[in-house]
Amino acid sequence: MKSMILHQSGRMLFPWLIVLSIIVLYRGHNLPGGGFIGGLIAATAFLLASLGDSAQEARRLLRCEPTTLMGVGLAIAIFSGVIGVFGGGPFLTGEWLPGFKLPLLGSVHLGTPVLFDVGVYLTVIGFVLHSAFSLSTLSEFGEEED
Amino acid sequence: MLLVLSILTIFAGAVVAPLFGRQGRPGWSLFIALPPLVAFILLLTAWFGYAQPDGSLMVSWEWFPAFGVSLDFCLDGLSVTMGLLVTGIGVLVGIYAVGYMKGHPQFGRFSSFFLFFMGSMLGLVLADNLILLFVFWEMTSISSYLLIGFNHEDENARKKALQALLVTGGGAVAMLAGFILIGIVSETYRISELGVLAEVLRSSPLYTGIVILVLLGAFTKSAQVPFHFWLPNAMAAPTPVSAFLHSATMVKAGVFLLARLNPALSGTDLWAWSLTGFGGATLLTAVVLGIFQTDLKKILAYTTLGVLGLLTMMLGVGTELAIKSMVIFLIGHALYKAALFMTAGSVDHETGTRDVRVLRGLRKAMPLTAIAAGLAALSKAGFPPFFGFIGKEYVYTAGVSVEGLAQVALPVAFVGNLIMLALAFKAGVSPFWGKPTAEGLLPKHPHEAPFSLVFGPLLLAVLGLVFGVFPFLVDSSIVGPAVSAIEGHPVELHISLWHGVNLPLILSLCTLAAGITLYSCRRFFWKRHLAVNTFLRPRGAEAVYDFLFNGIVRFSKVQTRILQSGLLHNYVFIIVSLTTGLLAWAFWRFGGIQLDFSTESMSALSTGLVIIMAIAAILAASTNNRITALVALGTVGFGVALLFLYYGAPDLAITQLLVETLTVVLFMFVIFRLPKLRSLSSKATRLRDAILAALFGGMISILVIKAFTIQFHESIGSDLAEMSYPEAHGKNVVNVILVDFRALDTLGEITVLSIAALGIAALIAGSRRKGKGTAK
Repeated sequence: MKSMILHQSGRMLFPWLIVLSIIVLYRGHNLPGGGFIGGLIAATAFLLASLGDSAQEARRLLRCEPTTLMGVGLAIAIFSGVIGVFGGGPFLTGEWLPGFKLPLLGSVHLGTPVLFDVGVYLTVIGFVLHSAFSLSTLSEFGEEED
Repeated sequence: MLLVLSILTIFAGAVVAPLFGRQGRPGWSLFIALPPLVAFILLLTAWFGYAQPDGSLMVSWEWFPAFGVSLDFCLDGLSVTMGLLVTGIGVLVGIYAVGYMKGHPQFGRFSSFFLFFMGSMLGLVLADNLILLFVFWEMTSISSYLLIGFNHEDENARKKALQALLVTGGGAVAMLAGFILIGIVSETYRISELGVLAEVLRSSPLYTGIVILVLLGAFTKSAQVPFHFWLPNAMAAPTPVSAFLHSATMVKAGVFLLARLNPALSGTDLWAWSLTGFGGATLLTAVVLGIFQTDLKKILAYTTLGVLGLLTMMLGVGTELAIKSMVIFLIGHALYKAALFMTAGSVDHETGTRDVRVLRGLRKAMPLTAIAAGLAALSKAGFPPFFGFIGKEYVYTAGVSVEGLAQVALPVAFVGNLIMLALAFKAGVSPFWGKPTAEGLLPKHPHEAPFSLVFGPLLLAVLGLVFGVFPFLVDSSIVGPAVSAIEGHPVELHISLWHGVNLPLILSLCTLAAGITLYSCRRFFWKRHLAVNTFLRPRGAEAVYDFLFNGIVRFSKVQTRILQSGLLHNYVFIIVSLTTGLLAWAFWRFGGIQLDFSTESMSALSTGLVIIMAIAAILAASTNNRITALVALGTVGFGVALLFLYYGAPDLAITQLLVETLTVVLFMFVIFRLPKLRSLSSKATRLRDAILAALFGGMISILVIKAFTIQFHESIGSDLAEMSYPEAHGKNVVNVILVDFRALDTLGEITVLSIAALGIAALIAGSRRKGKGTAK
């Protein structure tokens, strides 16, 4: 199916949704949000953008395989845990940089849990898109029954 | 530090070995011998340079401190003996393998597996922690599986490799259980601390269990009756592997473990009798089966079995003399057996056959191989002045001096030795003497083997002679400390070749005479070779193994057919009905159902929401239109999200909202490709499903209500909320729990997510292929 309205609105929403997902990811530590929710928003953005024409658009926007995204996400999550080990604690010990101030964002605290959340974010996007792309390949399924 | 370095060297070698094994660079293949050589020198340095006055050198790192498991290594007499054998023979077998497998396209892979095995074995003998020992133990099983099945295009090799893995791996599981019981009783996994705790272990009610479990591990690894069958079958491996694993190293791991735990577990009738009994039975079984064999490698395999039985038996007898005899025999055996395996391999390599019935008179064609084989066979046969003779003398001396039922060891050892002597001649002398085989009977025209194939066996065979003539080279530096380690207290040892005319010497001479007589009747046994094999095949221990193995395969096929029907309907039915049943059982078991909940938190808004959701759910289940069903399900989902929001869980609400949105979007991808909804099930099935669904829903509701009133532990929610900002710099507790406090759970969850995504892709790819297949 091809629907001009769906297609265009999906494409227009896409950048805003991605920005929103990143904001949600970042603010998760202090306000409702986080990597999981952010990842879901971003994945929705990709899927909306491709509602017009069966996943091709999402694949183009993504520029890489969703499995790569999952792998990178997992690797980042694990790496963030290893940093704590070098600090002398057990795996996944939180390590924090000293806080600093930025215009617009206010006081910023960066640490391994934030990095971990980025890993979660990427993995979730990869998971949803990989599943969706797989589903979208089911083209002939059941057609003869209709 | 030197100890760990020696192990690491070999493992590092295993990692880089494939780079050196490429075809066309034969010189580089020799790399395989370098890591063991370095490790050998390191061990020698550690032993003679740094060993403590009490005879041991220890290092230790923390690993899992909470479980008392650490990386402990210890160099005492026993581990240095085994370590030097493993690395020293490893060097020679490595050189041999270069010649034997010359031009093999996968030599790099072979070197890698070979060194991986060697590192595991060295780790095993140096480990001073039961759990660490177990880890290395399993690594030897896995690497030997890879080595036995090295010719993986041969179905027989694959089958025998799996057999060895299953038998030794199965025993290892029992052994691990035994180790954990030892840990429970003695409160330490450190092997060197167990010796002083022997009394505690022996008086524990768990002692019998410990001994049985540990023996299962040791007996499977060292191929004691009734687990003996895997060892001769493992001859499917390339000959260098047989020479290394199945004579000098891996199969000794079981005996090594028994020796290692001797100070901690010995001293009871159970221990003494199990070892003496099973060891003796193995010795007799092995030599009787061995005498009917006609394949060079099989003959050697059965004598290895026999020696393993003898070593176990001497450990069981357990007197100081018996332990001494065991250590001497172990060293002597490693030297001559590796040499004999290698010469057997050379004969196979140069003539194309291993059948002793046709191999004769090769000494002219292969003089150096003949010398090596002859010397090794003489040592094995126990001729003076070889090291094998001293070993046998000690066995007899130990056998003569014991009292009580252990005296049975003497006649068993006598019979075993005399048959092994005949077998030694069959393997090491018979192919080389006599009139040469007529031209054309051998698949290849025999030539002397190249230097690399001669060097190792010749050196080992000569060492057997040197140690025999000059026993002081090893007695107080190596053998004595090894005996002390097994005994658990210092033992002085001075070996001499000549003890004067006494009963052991007379027994030795009788063995020689009887053995040679038996050897001269060898053709009598060869003629019955086939008859014996066909008689034993359906009746032996291997038949039991096959029966069990096939039974398990059949069982798994049947249960797969029942459980994996491929119908989604059935899967859901099984999962839901089991969950319902288990919940019902849990309610009945833990205090029944009390539905005392308050209604004060309910409001008109939430009640209305719930009613709408209920209507939507009924609609979703009863409609015949997919879009209606989708919208109805969405209504339920969004209703849940609103409930979350209403009761103050914004994170959950957002997540729920997004998941619902995503579900709708995902449905959009496929909804136009799905067939129309139709009622395919009969009325009865639908009624059954409806009842089950109602029961399931009811159970879950009760569970939720009950969960609210039951508190197993004090709530940690408020603690986490308090710690959230000061400890983890986050004000959103939910998120802090996810990414910091319980980050490991989250890591597990996203891993599962990734695996699920791959699974979905595979499922869909599979169904697509299937669909296409049927369409054609």
